[in-house]
Amino acid sequence: MEQEVSVREAYGKTLLELGMENQDIVVLDADLSKSTMTQIFAREFPERFFDCGIAEQNMVGIAAGLAASGKIPFASTFAVFAPGRCFDQIRMSIAQPQLNVKLVVTHGGISIGEDGTSHQAIEDLALICSLPGFTVIVPADAIETEQAVKAAAAHFGPFYIRLCRPKVPLVYSEDYRFNLGKAVTMRKGGDATIIAIGLMVKAALDAAQNLELEGINCRVLNMSTLKPIDEAAIIKAAAETGAIVTAEEHLEHGGLGSAVARVVARHHPVPMELVAIKDTYAKSGKPAELLERYGLTARDIEQGVRSAIKRK
Amino acid sequence: MSVPETGDPKSTSVNNIEAEVFSLSASETEMEATAKRLRRHIITMTGKAGSGHPGGSLSAVEILTALYFKVLRHKPSDPQWTDRDRFILSKGHAAPLLYATLAECGYFPVAELTTLRQMDSRLQGHTDRTITPGVEMSAGALGQGLSFGIGVALAGRLDGQNYRVYVLLGDGECDEGQVWEAAMAAAHFKVDNLAAIVDNNGQQIDGWNRDVMNLDPFPRKWETFGWKVIEVDGHSIPQLLNAFGRAKQIKGQPTVIIAHTIKGKGVSFMENNPDFHGTAPNAIEVELALKELE
Repeated sequence: MEQEVSVREAYGKTLLELGMENQDIVVLDADLSKSTMTQIFAREFPERFFDCGIAEQNMVGIAAGLAASGKIPFASTFAVFAPGRCFDQIRMSIAQPQLNVKLVVTHGGISIGEDGTSHQAIEDLALICSLPGFTVIVPADAIETEQAVKAAAAHFGPFYIRLCRPKVPLVYSEDYRFNLGKAVTMRKGGDATIIAIGLMVKAALDAAQNLELEGINCRVLNMSTLKPIDEAAIIKAAAETGAIVTAEEHLEHGGLGSAVARVVARHHPVPMELVAIKDTYAKSGKPAELLERYGLTARDIEQGVRSAIKRK
Repeated sequence: MSVPETGDPKSTSVNNIEAEVFSLSASETEMEATAKRLRRHIITMTGKAGSGHPGGSLSAVEILTALYFKVLRHKPSDPQWTDRDRFILSKGHAAPLLYATLAECGYFPVAELTTLRQMDSRLQGHTDRTITPGVEMSAGALGQGLSFGIGVALAGRLDGQNYRVYVLLGDGECDEGQVWEAAMAAAHFKVDNLAAIVDNNGQQIDGWNRDVMNLDPFPRKWETFGWKVIEVDGHSIPQLLNAFGRAKQIKGQPTVIIAHTIKGKGVSFMENNPDFHGTAPNAIEVELALKELE
């Protein structure tokens, strides 16, 4: 049984570590600090923590003002509320002026489970990736989360890091080194490439293992930096494996699949399948039940690979 | 297009830095004359551009004159000077007024003002902090400036800096919910190094505030949100200066100066005429207006 670790807790602990090293790190939340785990920072540095109440638009504006004055603000809420609740504020107060704000959001995707449609962020990546100059990261596990958060603190400019609610199995060991903007080859293979983000990376690895039994060797890429996307890795995968399947906990429109398809269509057209939520909202249910109902399991990825290979 | 002088703080001695601080001992008569020049710039700029927002620029002329020529500690030769007081224009459509003021202070040449809204100009239709010296915030999407100002004020407090933050809002802008989120937060965080000014000209695009979306009782709203409220005649420089002085003394809560103004102030046919909210004067109107502003 793989070890499951909370990506949110990894975020909170990393914030604390960063806060100890750098006085300019400040943290904002919108009344969700117990869920986003920013409370780990808040307890230690109350004077550098600003709970803005249930007011995400204002939180984003305050973060922008702090950044314009030399601070490195990390602002957190659920993925459904940022960018959903404050898109124009992110656009004009952060993206246009390219301010050094780090939006780290939790509860992305449908794996939040029982809270249902209102809390399931399935459009956030489309919205945030549409903003020029934003760096967007979707870590695959707690180890990558820690390093992605540190990378965001170290690089100037607006960042969006999307985390999920449930604990997820570790796909990396402690010696992993996150490389901003670079896809990570998780598994080598020449018959097809599975490109995944977030908790779908584990599903992709499981799928690749199952397909091996059928004699299909899949390359698996973790595209944790969704934007700017690693075009070279995608072109190489298209050229060397001839078929690509993407897997994400997001609507088919505007997420990983769309981003990969843009690169593939322009540089090296090959058959593609998108494992993503089709044009619909999800409902309440247990995370595993929802992932199965809306087509986000290893089995769905396997099906996608078979179908893409058939169209080669 | 000429590039403005930018100061290099490293090459300037401490004494010179103090001398460069733009705290003018301008007399009231001089400030009245400055206000008139700003009005003429607004008319000329928007007339030349053929678009823009003269009404809400003209109503706030005295507010910016009092701030930039008396109240603010700032250095036009070094727009990024860390100790500067910050002026944040939340009602970004009053960009022509801000540009005219910055140019008169020397942030960039007055001659550049007529490039407003043209391709490749540093003077965008609404403010852009990335390209215009002296502009603190990219605005134009209403309702965002007060939140931004709170962030700037909190940063100053964390760093033990004594700069003050001034945010200019429109009254119509206060329809936006974010303004009241920010109003609540400013009081909650006790940011007494911040003052908001509302250019209370009573009008918005579709007409009078009271008909479009009634804000009354406007001062009471701010009071109950935890703000110290000062009401002034927004075209009286002495009253404005007095209000800014009082605001500095108020501790433990933010201050809002509700400046009662007239939209289009100074040009008879623009005054209280919402048609000039977002419409530039034509050539004949420019001529008439400039005659009135001689």
